[in-house]
Amino acid sequence: MTTMTVAAAGRHSGREGVSLPRVINSEWIKFRSLRSSWIAFAAALVAAIGLGILFSAVRAHNFGNIQHATGPNGQSIPASVIRQGFDPTLVSLRGLFLAQLAVGVLGVLMITGEYGTGMIRATLTSVPTRRPVLFAKCIVFGLFTFVISTAASLIAFLGGQAALHSDDLGVSLSSPGALRAVIGGGLFLMIVGLLGLGCGFAIRNTGGAIATLFGLILVLPLLAQAFPQSWQNHLDQYLPLSAGSQLITTYHESGDLHPLSGGLVFAAYAVVSLVIGAIVLARRDA
Amino acid sequence: MIEAVGLSKRFGTTLAVDDLTFTVRPGVVTGFLGPNGSGKSTTMRMLLGLDAPTAGRATVNGRPYVEHSAPMCEVGALLEARAIHTGRSARNHLLALAATNGVGRRRVNEVIGMVGLDTVASKRAGGFSLGMGQRLGIATALLGDPATLILDEPVNGLDPEGILWIRNLLKSLAAEGRTVFVSSHLMSEMAVTASHLVVIGQGRLIADSSVADLTAQASRDVVLVRTERAAELRGLLSQDGVGITASDVDRLIITGLSSTAVGQVAADAGIALIELTPQQASLEEAFMEITKDAVEFNAVVGSDR
Repeated sequence: MTTMTVAAAGRHSGREGVSLPRVINSEWIKFRSLRSSWIAFAAALVAAIGLGILFSAVRAHNFGNIQHATGPNGQSIPASVIRQGFDPTLVSLRGLFLAQLAVGVLGVLMITGEYGTGMIRATLTSVPTRRPVLFAKCIVFGLFTFVISTAASLIAFLGGQAALHSDDLGVSLSSPGALRAVIGGGLFLMIVGLLGLGCGFAIRNTGGAIATLFGLILVLPLLAQAFPQSWQNHLDQYLPLSAGSQLITTYHESGDLHPLSGGLVFAAYAVVSLVIGAIVLARRDA
Repeated sequence: MIEAVGLSKRFGTTLAVDDLTFTVRPGVVTGFLGPNGSGKSTTMRMLLGLDAPTAGRATVNGRPYVEHSAPMCEVGALLEARAIHTGRSARNHLLALAATNGVGRRRVNEVIGMVGLDTVASKRAGGFSLGMGQRLGIATALLGDPATLILDEPVNGLDPEGILWIRNLLKSLAAEGRTVFVSSHLMSEMAVTASHLVVIGQGRLIADSSVADLTAQASRDVVLVRTERAAELRGLLSQDGVGITASDVDRLIITGLSSTAVGQVAADAGIALIELTPQQASLEEAFMEITKDAVEFNAVVGSDR
């Protein structure tokens, strides 16, 4: 090797180098430059807001009919009895349960799309320490999902309560638990998305990761029914959907976890999936 | 500068790369040759930290690839399979990758121009032809203006114009003092591009030498002689270890003797020669010769079932 060759090797300014903020910037460019990101979020918004207002309007209509109903002996049923167990906040936020499909799938695709197309090799060649890629995806996707979902949750709540208000069933944002449930709606979708991201990192294959994600959320409660009733009562509250739902309800039954603990249990599923994903990312050949 | 020491990779029961040791020096294009499935891509992936070696180690510019703080500015890589998200435009693909190492937008536009993708830079990469995909891959490799380039089958899928472009690009990069390591299964391509060769077969090192040495080593002593007194010369040359075939009345093909020896015998006997030519094996033949035992899938041409 001659000195000439050393001098010619690159003309770096010395300002280059991998750092977490730079990887976050990269992931943000990746996120917004794919059409699928915007399609998924448009679908999530339509589902959350559209269904929220629709369900509220239907409930308001039905409630209007029931209110004039009479019991079997012709006596009128007090409105307070009918209202028992009625959670107007949840009614207006129920669209989030459909929106979770779009957000969950997008969370999976954030990483399996890279494995599927081979992009992951370019990504990991530019960030060979690998882990910053996972952190950056969590931050970019988690924050974006939280902001958009909370906005969707708020619009669905306000629209839904307006529809319910015509029958005097609506509540306001200042009602007990309402604001918490609206923000909880944003957290719920964010955690679903991050759980999907974790499954994607751990499994790498789009189909397998989506099946795992919705197996955990939707199929697990059905499988739990195989256990004796006494076990179910204990078990069910810790399953992802039951635990996560506590974030967006204001009406709690005796067997439910409190909103905070429910949210933490739900978040724990996402954390575990991401930890497994991080281990797989670091250990397995790309 | 790339150094591999005792590099090995096992997939299950298959030893894909077996104790490879070689050095790739700056300033020249080094070809990495081997038949399909010989472990070239796996070796390159180990150099780039994508696959963890089962044994041995690899360093690039003095350090394991993973330990460079700005890896794209040390090593530019093009991997055989496309490493591009099909839904993203070429420019956004480059911007996203450049961002990780702090490479600016100006350099992105520069490399787009260098590979000639200006007009399609905003189009989705999924619609790119194989050749355009290769150009985008090369643009990616050049982003960090690296001192070392590792390119897996860069001419794959390129049209003749593209191939010529790659050849000149590789040579000029090497002439600038960079380390250029290029894999190929086509000896003919390497013959015109590379000046040094690392040849592997079934994961093992077969040769690590200059193109000239390799050709000389592989070409046996074959001499073509033309003389009007062919039969007489044939008689004089006949001895153990020398093969002589007559391809024409006045033509002999002699194996096992150098052209010097053949000329001397003819001169001593006063036989006038019309032609005396040492036969160089082509690089292609040299390659076939040294890898013939290491080809994983041997096709039998024209065999009856």
